[in-house]
Amino acid sequence: MLIPTPSVGIWVSVTNFGGYMDMLEIKGLSVAVEGKEILKDVSLHIADGETHALFGPNGSGKTTLLMAIMGFPKYKVTRGKIVFGGRDITRASLDERARLGIGMSFQRPPVVRGVKTRDMVSAAMGNIAGSVTIDELAEKADMTEFLDREINYGFSGGEIKRSELMQLLAQKPELTLLDEPESGVDLVNIALIGRLINELLEKDYPMRGRRCMGLVITHTGHILNYINASTGYVMLDGEVSCKGDPHEILASIRKNGYAQCVTCLTENK
Amino acid sequence: MRDMRSSNAYRDKARIALNKPPAIGDDIDIDAYASSDEAVAYRDDPTELPTDIKEQMLDAGVVVDDLSHRSGTFIQMDNAPVHSSTSQEGIEVMALNQALDKYDWMSDYWWRVVSVDTDKYTANVELNQNSGYFIRALPGCKSIYPVQACLYLDKSRLAQNAHNVVIAEEGSELHIINGCVSGSGEEPGLHLGVSEIYIKRGAKVTFTMIHNWNSEVEVRPRTAVIVEEDGLFLSNYVLMKPVHSLQMYPSARCVGENATVRFNSVIVATPGSSLDVGSRVILDGKGDRAEIISRAISTGGSVITRGYIEGNAPEVKGHMECLGLILKGEGAIHAIPELKGTLSGIDLSHEAAVGKIKEEEVEYLMSRGLTRSEATATIVRGFLNVDIEGLPPMLSAEVSRAVESSGEDFM
Repeated sequence: MLIPTPSVGIWVSVTNFGGYMDMLEIKGLSVAVEGKEILKDVSLHIADGETHALFGPNGSGKTTLLMAIMGFPKYKVTRGKIVFGGRDITRASLDERARLGIGMSFQRPPVVRGVKTRDMVSAAMGNIAGSVTIDELAEKADMTEFLDREINYGFSGGEIKRSELMQLLAQKPELTLLDEPESGVDLVNIALIGRLINELLEKDYPMRGRRCMGLVITHTGHILNYINASTGYVMLDGEVSCKGDPHEILASIRKNGYAQCVTCLTENK
Repeated sequence: MRDMRSSNAYRDKARIALNKPPAIGDDIDIDAYASSDEAVAYRDDPTELPTDIKEQMLDAGVVVDDLSHRSGTFIQMDNAPVHSSTSQEGIEVMALNQALDKYDWMSDYWWRVVSVDTDKYTANVELNQNSGYFIRALPGCKSIYPVQACLYLDKSRLAQNAHNVVIAEEGSELHIINGCVSGSGEEPGLHLGVSEIYIKRGAKVTFTMIHNWNSEVEVRPRTAVIVEEDGLFLSNYVLMKPVHSLQMYPSARCVGENATVRFNSVIVATPGSSLDVGSRVILDGKGDRAEIISRAISTGGSVITRGYIEGNAPEVKGHMECLGLILKGEGAIHAIPELKGTLSGIDLSHEAAVGKIKEEEVEYLMSRGLTRSEATATIVRGFLNVDIEGLPPMLSAEVSRAVESSGEDFM
């Protein structure tokens, strides 16, 4: 891929050896919402083709991290930076980031009266001449009958998730941020949700050829049965307290709750 | 033959009501406007009309250059009919005066659903009775294409007095586009239009009214509809252009069982415009249905949206949705939804909201890659594009076109 090198001001070609280049790098990020600091000194990096999972109790700052990466104006970066594909996007606007290749599945997206699901999918497709049509995407996400309905109006939990993933499949982001994709989804739907996420994250590709990255918030960990996350983090009180194998972290949380994580965090300090 | 034009009973009533102020809306001084009876050349071929006039008409859904997709056409300039024609057997389109000459039963449809003494405006229409259209579908006849009617207000300081009668006989279907237009200049004028619409058993009427006035024109339509058993009345009203003041409160009464009425209005109040637009439905037959959907946007003007559904029979159902968006400036929107039920077992509801575009919605669209202005435009377009159930695709396209073409001005 091509990335700009600000020091010399020319474009250089960077070869992606084995897919381990840091495509998303968050360095010492602090984020405030309405003047209140929520995230403190968060650092993480996700390499090409990797999916990472984010655990943590309610209110610990997981959604805030996703919203800050996506670039929602209410989430103000007070310190640190976000680098995506070699480019510092800390000051880039929300829509700019979307066009650069970051996409997000929301847990509770708003109803927009009069705007059809079809309009959203079409907006997400942008000007890219895709090989796939809106109707094909809808069929894949079992959303055909929702295309001409107002977006999110009267949708169930599972319908919202499928709609969000359908829009992301149209958008084809390189980095997908997923906020609790399994919440409110029944057992029948979760397999479909898992398949859609896998497609989004190119999980059917061999690791070498995979470029798409994911960062997924999960409470229950159910979604880990469907997607192959390589790294997990525990977020506590706005800080990343722990990094490791996501399945081990999940097992530990299931056994000991987040109490163990608190101890771990204290010891690390 | 009894001619209503010389009926003293209506004239007497009108004379008494000549100074009767309207129940709502500004009291306009009608004497400030001339009531010209001047003839305008009749045209067998309406394509001969000047290009600028045709363009104004087109913005109100009236196509003059190619009549192949219209089952009938009526055009009136000021107070003179200039063209009427039909291309389908069983569909009648003519100037009202012709209908009065032709049918002696016109008294059965004359001031029957609108009262001549409603207010000074209806009284004025009776006393200066000189124009309007008559559209009728014979029993079982279904209009293949829409029938279009255009009331064009050309001269400055003129009062246009139109009395229109629409009759859908049993089992018939009529799709009407009614375009009201004023000249391209900003000349003052007054439009008074009485419309009486009769929908017989099992008949369907879609009535799409698109207004294209200017910022100096005062508009006072007086419309009432009667719907018999299994009948359907579907009204679409679109106002995207400036107007000085407009007040109307069309009323539909279902007198038979299982009749359906839907009113959809899409209105934009530009700076300086004062709009008071309502829809009223009375459900008197068992199982009747009503739906009122109103979408109003203010870009600086003021809007009152009224809605009224009254249920007086068993198993009737009605729903009303009045949504308002204030986009900018000193705009104001006042939604007044009213429901009245007079017996148990009826089901009436409403939903009303007035506000601005929610930041959360704009950001949601931006997160899919749209810029802020693209996101806002998409939301506004969606807000105005009311889905009109039962509307033929051609009319639906006409409404969308009116919304899209004018919507660009303020998005």
